[in-house]
Amino acid sequence: MSYATMLTIALPEIVLSLGALALMLAAAWGGQAAARPVCWAALVVLIGAGIALAGPSSSGVEAFYGLYRADAFSAYSKVLIYAAAGIAILMAPRFFERTGGDNLRPEYPVLILLAAVGMGMMVSAGDLLSLYVGLELQNLAHYVLASFMRRDTRSAEAGLKYFVLSSLASGILLYGISLIYGFSGTTGFDGIADAFATANSTGLTFGLVFVLVGLAFKIAAVPFHMWTPDVYEGAPTPVTAYFASAPKVAAMALIVRVAVEAMGPVTIEWRQIVIFASLASIFFGSVAAINQKSIKRLLAYSSINNIGFALVGLAAGTPEGVSSVLVYMTVYIVMTLGSFMVVIRMRDEEGRQIETIASLSGMSKTRPGLALAFMAFMFSLAGIPPLFGFYPKLAVFNAAVAAGLFPLAVLAVVGSVIGAYYYIRIVKTMYFDDPAPAFAVSGSTVENGLIAATAIAISPVAYLAIPALTGWSMAAAQALF
Amino acid sequence: MIQAIAFYLFAIVVIAAAAMTISARNPVHSVLWLILAFFNAAGLMVLMGAEFIAMLLVIVYVGAVAVLFLFVVMMLDIDFAEFRAGFVRYLPVGLALAVLLVVEIIFYGFAVWQTDSLQLARRVAPTPESVPNIQAIGDLLYTRYLFVFEGAGLVLLVAMIGAIVLTQRQRGGTRPQNIARQNARRPWEAIRKVQPPVGQGVEL
Repeated sequence: MSYATMLTIALPEIVLSLGALALMLAAAWGGQAAARPVCWAALVVLIGAGIALAGPSSSGVEAFYGLYRADAFSAYSKVLIYAAAGIAILMAPRFFERTGGDNLRPEYPVLILLAAVGMGMMVSAGDLLSLYVGLELQNLAHYVLASFMRRDTRSAEAGLKYFVLSSLASGILLYGISLIYGFSGTTGFDGIADAFATANSTGLTFGLVFVLVGLAFKIAAVPFHMWTPDVYEGAPTPVTAYFASAPKVAAMALIVRVAVEAMGPVTIEWRQIVIFASLASIFFGSVAAINQKSIKRLLAYSSINNIGFALVGLAAGTPEGVSSVLVYMTVYIVMTLGSFMVVIRMRDEEGRQIETIASLSGMSKTRPGLALAFMAFMFSLAGIPPLFGFYPKLAVFNAAVAAGLFPLAVLAVVGSVIGAYYYIRIVKTMYFDDPAPAFAVSGSTVENGLIAATAIAISPVAYLAIPALTGWSMAAAQALF
Repeated sequence: MIQAIAFYLFAIVVIAAAAMTISARNPVHSVLWLILAFFNAAGLMVLMGAEFIAMLLVIVYVGAVAVLFLFVVMMLDIDFAEFRAGFVRYLPVGLALAVLLVVEIIFYGFAVWQTDSLQLARRVAPTPESVPNIQAIGDLLYTRYLFVFEGAGLVLLVAMIGAIVLTQRQRGGTRPQNIARQNARRPWEAIRKVQPPVGQGVEL
């Protein structure tokens, strides 16, 4: 295979990197005034990368000697990642206008583009080397994004905390990678699967555990979730919304690919780890969220809870299971981005951000439209039919039952009932409590449109999209087996 | 024979220098001991036939990293007595970590012992016989691993952007030099002739 062919296969990453480099130059010369144009240009670059996915980048071939996989699975995940990254860029300008001194700088969209390159490398990884480089590329951009509001000490704290804990997790991951390399003699997923199948040993199992621990940290599965609430609370809200969506999809896709492609022959071994992380996330995410006062912390625990449900699908270890994980992540990022867009609208008369749950009281009277949308997101996150959040939960439970994991499915259903409590409590606060001071009327048509679009996407109308959604996700999942 | 002697010489000096690095009272001495340890580690690498890594150790670690340490140690006003205060308190944790690391080394030792030809044959990049290892690394780095090499380049770029974004700020009240304005300045803008009457001062 010639290099020209390889480059066309990796076209989405190339479009994103070249776009990011060009916009970096524009940012360096344009300065502060270039911030908004760079945001719009970054959106165009993301759309361009999305279009590039339609070519050989989703045809199921390998490039760069097995380092890069361009199959339906990576293409599906990349569509989600680029969409979430684009929304994170769209949310930013209005938010930074009102932070009091911390302006939107043009580096914000550039860093998101570079992180998208990293996430693309992660979901296309066919080798532990490209996995690690992609992971570090997105991580490094995320540390900077988390502490983007330099005047806000909480933002700086979030960045530092994220950096220290994430580096630790990277260290654990690297340790696992070195063990796997040492005992299998290769870093390629195919070779590792071969080693697991023919010459499994204690050393390989150790490596498997460490790699899964390192990756579990990146998706914030319990017991490796400690950083999530603090980082989500401290980071600027558009960045939090982004953290809860795109990187979650990327890390989830990565963990699925590593588990299925590299560790497929020892499904029995990793299944117990995934089941434990899944149940622990579901229960901890539900119980710990109950006492939260800040809406951002609550949504952080909600994301931990939701990752637990997605892991139920992975525990099945079948094509149906993987497809249900993809469906779950798709619906999850829509619900989460919608919720965070409502959170961005919570501002007092002076334009300061409010984050307490109490301030939502009686929002149904002061801002009925916003309250209706938020209610839809909350019910959907709780998985209550007829909203669309019900369907992915059904899909993961179905996959688990089909794989014979009845106890897991039953316990997960119990956990979802506990989780429903705190989601519904927010609806109760909005609809039945005495009104708190109304939020300032703010927001642009872009934000209104996005809230409306995400709310419609999780409404019962979305059930019409199920055949298409399952068709695509199934095709993507089949690419791994 | 001479190889064995060289190995033991280098190995002993590395370990001794490493021990001195953590036990020296003066942090500047610590850094100097560290440099000695790096040099001898490079010697060990040469003995193993990894001359590229040996040169890298000398150039990167001795030449850049250690000197940077030295600068940091000498320029930052760190109270090292305060650092040492926690020594006894954290000793149990440190010892536990040390035991863990020793167990890991033993574990690795067994692993190497048990490595058979199967695993060696599966290696994606077996050690070449005829080419020097600088050429071998170059061949792999710019062909087979080009993708991750470029990825690593982007990681460094992000690190640079991040450092600038987080630390650069517009400082008020500084007086930067403006060469164009200096050149455009004419004498009559800067000089004023006055003829003060006798007995009265000059008003500036």
